[in-house]
Amino acid sequence: MPTEPIEQIVDEVRAIVEDPSYPAARRWLDTHPDGKVLGHFQVYFPEELAHAAGVLPIKVAGFDTALQIRKADAHLAAFVCSIARSALELVMSGTFDLLDMFVFPPICDVARHSCAVWARNFEDIDCQILYLPHNAASPAAVPYLAGEYRRILREIEEVASTRVTDEALRASIQLFNENRRLIRELYRVKRETPWKLAATEAYLLTRAAGVMPREEHNEILRRALAALEEREGRPQDRIKVVFVGGFCEQPPLDLISVVQDACYIVDDDFMVGLRWILEDVPVDGDPIEALADAYLNRSDYSPVQHDPRKPKEEMLLRKIRESGAEAAIIAAAKMCEPGLEEQVGYSQALFAEGIPHLVMEFEEKSTTFEQTRMEVETFAESLLFEFA
Amino acid sequence: MTTPTKHERRIVIRPPLSLAGTTRDENRKLIREWWAELDAAEDEGRPVANVFVMGSMAEILRTFDMPIAFPEMTSLQTAVRGRSLEYITTAEDAGYSPDICGYVKADVGVHLQGRDHPMGRLPVPSLVVATNLCNTYIKWGEIWERMYDCPVFVFDIPGWRGSGFETKPSSGTFRDDVRYVEAQVRELIALCEEVTGKRFDIDRFRETLAEVNELSRLFQEVLELNQHRPAPFNALTEGINLMGIVNAYRGSPKGTRFLEIAKAEFAERIDSGVGAVPDERFRLLLVGTACYSNFRDFAGLFEDWQGVFAHSDYMSFAGGALDRGVHYDLDRPVESMAEQMVLTTQEAMGGMFWGQDWLTEVVRDWEIDGIVFHGVKSCRTVSTGLPDEREWLLRRRDIPGLFIQSDLVDPRLWSAAQLKNRIDAFFESLESRRAIGARR
Ligand code: SF4
Ligand code: SF4
Repeated sequence: MPTEPIEQIVDEVRAIVEDPSYPAARRWLDTHPDGKVLGHFQVYFPEELAHAAGVLPIKVAGFDTALQIRKADAHLAAFVCSIARSALELVMSGTFDLLDMFVFPPICDVARHSCAVWARNFEDIDCQILYLPHNAASPAAVPYLAGEYRRILREIEEVASTRVTDEALRASIQLFNENRRLIRELYRVKRETPWKLAATEAYLLTRAAGVMPREEHNEILRRALAALEEREGRPQDRIKVVFVGGFCEQPPLDLISVVQDACYIVDDDFMVGLRWILEDVPVDGDPIEALADAYLNRSDYSPVQHDPRKPKEEMLLRKIRESGAEAAIIAAAKMCEPGLEEQVGYSQALFAEGIPHLVMEFEEKSTTFEQTRMEVETFAESLLFEFA
Repeated sequence: MTTPTKHERRIVIRPPLSLAGTTRDENRKLIREWWAELDAAEDEGRPVANVFVMGSMAEILRTFDMPIAFPEMTSLQTAVRGRSLEYITTAEDAGYSPDICGYVKADVGVHLQGRDHPMGRLPVPSLVVATNLCNTYIKWGEIWERMYDCPVFVFDIPGWRGSGFETKPSSGTFRDDVRYVEAQVRELIALCEEVTGKRFDIDRFRETLAEVNELSRLFQEVLELNQHRPAPFNALTEGINLMGIVNAYRGSPKGTRFLEIAKAEFAERIDSGVGAVPDERFRLLLVGTACYSNFRDFAGLFEDWQGVFAHSDYMSFAGGALDRGVHYDLDRPVESMAEQMVLTTQEAMGGMFWGQDWLTEVVRDWEIDGIVFHGVKSCRTVSTGLPDEREWLLRRRDIPGLFIQSDLVDPRLWSAAQLKNRIDAFFESLESRRAIGARR
């Protein structure tokens, strides 16, 4: 049977990812009329806990102009990032009216406040903070986190009126292991043969994981990987870059597109929470402890986690080396305190190593990119000239 | 009625008070001593710890006799001295964004300018203890880590968890949190042993804890004095001095003695019928922080209406939860420190995010007429949800509130005319409420 073109699969997921009414979740509810939906904010949430309870986890990662902010602004201070506004607007406007529970991690103070704002305004939604540990290297962090996962699991069980067994958890872990494996594979293709898979395509295919049942997403990724095997493509004369700054609020797709017009984005931190765990989570011991251990000890890095074992600049340099990139784009979302602070550290380290980089800011709602296009083109051209 | 201005205000003849100025004088003396200790530390080879007001861990650091630097305080001082902008722009020139916390930039600016601060020389930290109570603390710590290669210990105190959460010592969550925090107390002790080369002295630790118990008791008593009408001190202008000392001298007998002095002076004001603001007409509660780059002007906008800040949530969260009543059990010092840390910080920090119940109690007990919510661009930690909280309290509890915005230390964000319009309108609305209430 001939495989379908990758463009078709990407169009299919794009329609789902860009629709703030979460059509795939609605479809799931049509077939699970008593089903419950758990939303969670960036960066990471152990979705296995929800899945094992038969609850649909949905990752809220912000929206571009598809969602107009009308009500949320009145509830938040002026100097707060866009993703906090769009997440609140989703529910306040009634666009996303499916939530039974919503979980924030304590990634930043905007996220912690947001939980309180949500809890004050949406009394029908169980709004929780999953207190992921900030002292990541402490030997006490894993047992603490396992306890915190159990607490959240009890909340989920209550919302779903069910009890979750270890067996169910193990099955969910296996499903999500497979999902992470497929995403890693997708990223491998992008890293090794970026001419075969555009950054925007990889982005949409990955992001879709957060807005549909994982079983469906695994199927989509399998189809996409098969389609990629068939795809022809020839390397072009473009510099290879690593793009960072997309760990929480996401750059608009058009911005990614502008960058990829001039560069191959061979690695990035877009939606890093979906790829946070880097290896399969073991299924032979206590599943909750395995998930807690994986979060802390088999995981990626981001500006919202301090882990002395993973100095962020060194992690970035490693990412650049391992992906074969020649340069980096160091972005941050507007008004994002942790992202903006990290930019300086990254930039200093890259200067010290003599790695060319471009520093930029973005906002999920930006619509004009001419200035960025000019900067990226100039940056890329100067490097092509230098590396020639 | 028309707005009274500073110039029209009556000259008030106050009865002579024997203790007048004693708190201010002691405050100045102690701040000078604190700076002198920080200044001398480098020459004496004493390792300095950089810490933060929300969760300073002074209990442990003081046991090791480490000088404790509070960069939030030293940044604030650059603003009060009118110098913050030059440091902020130095940091911005070095790549720091205009949109991050101004305290961080003021501090980075001082470090980049050779550590010369208007009040002394900032020490190089040998250790940073950053709690999670503000996430920017952690990012700030990482900046010094890069500058000076010093260890950053992130002390993590799990906080308020969302809908329906209450801190209950009998709950499994509380026990899990305490276990985690207790392990970190022990880790921090081990790290301090490494940094200072000294052994942990549990008796010295007990003495420090006992001093904090006393400090907390006195702090609560001082706050309660302000339930009196007229309020003997202004939680905005005088509160900031109290907070400086209770942080810098937490766990030291000097801090405890300072609060005794303050308490005596405020009690004398009460006995003599003297209020912090002459002819007090409005009792206010500040939520958020003040604007320190324009501190006198900020305070004046309220004093012009004879409004006094009888309380502030700043005096809660920035006091390391002293207002919640810290009761260390000296027979189980390490375990008890962990328990009290979880208990009091969950209450105080919960109050920052989920503040409506605590604010309602303060409004009742301190007889507050209106709440001033001051959002500052620098600090998303205190400011993010303030408009929502204001709206909720008005709608659900009929408590009037004003939401205004400027900054802590960045004078570029100060807009006097706009603030004055909003503040005047707020007082006028409070007057109308009062008139309607009187007619009923
Ligand atoms: S974009 Fe930055 S500030 Fe906003 S919620 Fe995410 S981490 Fe927090
Ligand atoms: S964000 Fe706020 S609490 Fe945090 S360091 Fe800055 S001023 Fe202090």
